[in-house]
Amino acid sequence: MVTDSAIKTVTLTIDNKSCTVPKGTTILKAAQSIGIDIPTLCYMKELVPDGSCRICVVEIEGGRKGGLVPSCAEHCAEGMVVYTRSQRVVEARKFILDLLLSDHTLECFSCARNGSCKLQEYCLEYGVERTSFRIGKRTPFGKGDTSNRFFEFRPDKCIMCRRCAHVCEKLQGRDVLSIAGRGFDTHISTCYDIARTDPTCESCGNCVSACPTGALSSYDQKRNYRSYEVTSTQTTCPHCAVGCQFNLLTKNGKIVGADPVDGPTNKGLLCVKGKYGSYKFVHSGDRLTTPLIKKDGKFEPATWEEALGLIVNKLTQIKKKEGADAIAGFSCSRSTNEDNYMFQKMMRAAIGTNNVDNCARV
Amino acid sequence: MTNPFDDITAPDVDVIMLVGSNPEEAHPVLGTKIRRAVREGCKLIVVDPRKIDLAKNAEIHLQLKPGTNVAFANGMMHIILEEGLEDAEFIKSRTEGFEELREIVKDYTPEKVAEVCNIDAGELRKAARLYAKAKKAPIMYCLGVTEHSTGTEGVMSLSNLAMLVGKIGRSGCGINPIRGQNNVQGACDMGCLPGDFPGYQKVKNEDALKKFSEHWGVPLNPTVGITATRMPGAVAEGKVKALYIFGEDPMRTDPDIGHIKKMLTGLDFLVVQELFMTKTAELADVVLPGVSYAEKEGTFTNSERRVQRVRKAVELNLGMRPDVEIFYDIMNRLGYPQPRLSASEIMDEISELVPSFRGINYARLDAGESLHWPCMDEKDMGKAILHVGKFTRGLGYFYPAQYKPSAELPDEEYPFLMITGRMLYHYNAGAMTHRTEGISELHSSSYMEMHKGDAEALGIKNGDRVKVASRRGEIETRAVVGDKVNYGEVFMTFHFDDGNVNHLTNAAIDSFANVPEYKVCAVRIRRA
Ligand code: SF4
Ligand code: SF4
Ligand code: SF4
Ligand code: FES
Repeated sequence: MVTDSAIKTVTLTIDNKSCTVPKGTTILKAAQSIGIDIPTLCYMKELVPDGSCRICVVEIEGGRKGGLVPSCAEHCAEGMVVYTRSQRVVEARKFILDLLLSDHTLECFSCARNGSCKLQEYCLEYGVERTSFRIGKRTPFGKGDTSNRFFEFRPDKCIMCRRCAHVCEKLQGRDVLSIAGRGFDTHISTCYDIARTDPTCESCGNCVSACPTGALSSYDQKRNYRSYEVTSTQTTCPHCAVGCQFNLLTKNGKIVGADPVDGPTNKGLLCVKGKYGSYKFVHSGDRLTTPLIKKDGKFEPATWEEALGLIVNKLTQIKKKEGADAIAGFSCSRSTNEDNYMFQKMMRAAIGTNNVDNCARV
Repeated sequence: MTNPFDDITAPDVDVIMLVGSNPEEAHPVLGTKIRRAVREGCKLIVVDPRKIDLAKNAEIHLQLKPGTNVAFANGMMHIILEEGLEDAEFIKSRTEGFEELREIVKDYTPEKVAEVCNIDAGELRKAARLYAKAKKAPIMYCLGVTEHSTGTEGVMSLSNLAMLVGKIGRSGCGINPIRGQNNVQGACDMGCLPGDFPGYQKVKNEDALKKFSEHWGVPLNPTVGITATRMPGAVAEGKVKALYIFGEDPMRTDPDIGHIKKMLTGLDFLVVQELFMTKTAELADVVLPGVSYAEKEGTFTNSERRVQRVRKAVELNLGMRPDVEIFYDIMNRLGYPQPRLSASEIMDEISELVPSFRGINYARLDAGESLHWPCMDEKDMGKAILHVGKFTRGLGYFYPAQYKPSAELPDEEYPFLMITGRMLYHYNAGAMTHRTEGISELHSSSYMEMHKGDAEALGIKNGDRVKVASRRGEIETRAVVGDKVNYGEVFMTFHFDDGNVNHLTNAAIDSFANVPEYKVCAVRIRRA
């Protein structure tokens, strides 16, 4: 790829700002590089442009076809003059949104994605409150695919951007989703209409994370939170050693969900364990909350003072009688580096033994 | 891992060799990267006793008899040498011990190896050529290699193989163990090993001992400690009286549970620090409630040696305490003056003591820098690829390894070879995933895969309940009949409490690393 085309640059103006980028850069990327935001629906930065939604249109002065082109697919050229918010661009976007709303169940009030839906966001921005198309077929309301245990699919909210299908095929490598039917009947379907469940669908939820609307939504989000209510904390997945990055979403002191982050190893993807298996256990009702001391074969709740006092007494006694090497510790290969460091320091410096191991071997 | 994930699944990688590893289930996001690479034209060699899903897309699938990895690797090397496909320049300038290796692998003719491993000699030849001739070809392996009584030899022979063709120390190659638990790498790096201080500085090394004694301000014990797998013996002999278990559930994850239970009940004093009342905690004298990853600050080190932040998202205020604060209390009460450091301050202490962590601190991590260790100073981003230009120990050493049959092989009484592994929806003992509705609904009970021919012979149908017994115990589970495993072999996962396969597995121990033999044991099967 690093041939002369990458070395050569072109200079163009976008919204009257001059901008120099490597040849082959799309207008969308060029605009982003100088801080100009262009709306997108189908565009995914990891993949070749799908170019189907057209919401990213911009106007090129003197361009062909009236100069309106999708910026996610069109390359920059020397001397190009681009407008991202001209009258014609705005009208075109309004028309696209109007069309999308003509077959969309508008129930934002109860939708899981209220507040984090791109369709809603752009409609608000462009002042499209309802569709002007009064006649025409509509996808039946409310009927959806509920075969997956973690999320549902509502075709009446689907805008056919195909992001879900692209994620599943090109990034997840699973081909569960595809585009079926023609014309108005075109819809996102599972291949051969199988259920979105094991074994083909891995319930990774990456399609859900990629969906810009409420067409694909997690039940946890639907039932428990809206994006504007939560605080995000970026952390590392506790399950396997790939080390995917995600945000834990908290609402009123409780973790309600996890959203993938563009981390160095996961690049925005997660698996079912990271996406849906990384937070409920934290609030599980059977968490231990108080120290327990066994008396006559039964556990009794104790204060920290009692429990730690007992431990220290016992360890001191054993150490005195049998030596420090009569004491051993197993550390936790699921816990943090800092905890593990301090655990072995406790064993070595405070107790005085090298009998410390973890379950790496196990 | 010698190389990072993205490097070994990049579009210019020609061949990926997966040995005893099922990343689609055990490390799913890595699995997606491999699937993508294969779609883009990378060839896949799968070396695994089971028809794992990825085997469908593989150029070659060597369905090895479990426990024969060393023979397989030696056979590959035999072919490479016979056909002159080795990297002579690399061997000459970067390695030592080659002559001895050549001697040893001489005996491993493809025909002989094919017989031991129960594979086709022609396929083995194909695999050797494909791997040797590729420009870029990483080896990835997992517990399937290490969890054998001959696991260490298995690992060594894979590294011999990579060195022989010069596929180490450069991009798109290397030998890459994919770690099981999220922070196994970190726990080892941090010195939770009986012979190693943090950063693999040896307890036996006098300078290291002196350095840590001085830094921690107390004279330290110079005797190497006892490994976890030798612990049952040490307890039985009365050498160890008290055990402090921090967040592990050996009762569920250790092989041969009967053995472990005997150890835990044979102690004078057992402390368990945990999130839940586990089977192990039930046996404790004192149970301390700790907190989960979501309730603390810290770092995990992934399989690529990448150190990443863990951040506190919630505080539950229900009475449990952050684990490290419990340690501080005990240390101080024992008379060791340990200041109460924040997680970030602990990392500062680590980077002071561990040269390969010198450049790692929270300010950098929180500014979004992604750091691999070794990371030698503030400017260093760390070494993503190891052994470039030079091995850590100088010259790369060929450790010749001979194939030894597994400690326990099928016989008349126990005619089936059982192997164990992991599945996608659960994580080891499953303390976390079992507590997620949905996930536990998907798969909530144990099962055993067996070949349809064997099933038919025993009158077992798909879904039947079966009793499975080894020399150590008996369990009941559900039979999944198909052709994922070979004739005479069965497979079980180790996530479930009902029908816990660890009642059956074998605690024979690897002579180098003390890894219990998890993968292979002999069993007999009948309908329940
Ligand atoms: S959950 Fe994952 S595997 Fe299933 S359809 Fe969505 S992207 Fe595909
Ligand atoms: S389900 Fe969502 S992501 Fe998929 S095509 Fe419809 S709107 Fe796009
Ligand atoms: S999200 Fe999945 S692949 Fe990523 S670290 Fe977690 S368990 Fe591993
Ligand atoms: S974002 Fe450009 S066409 Fe959809």
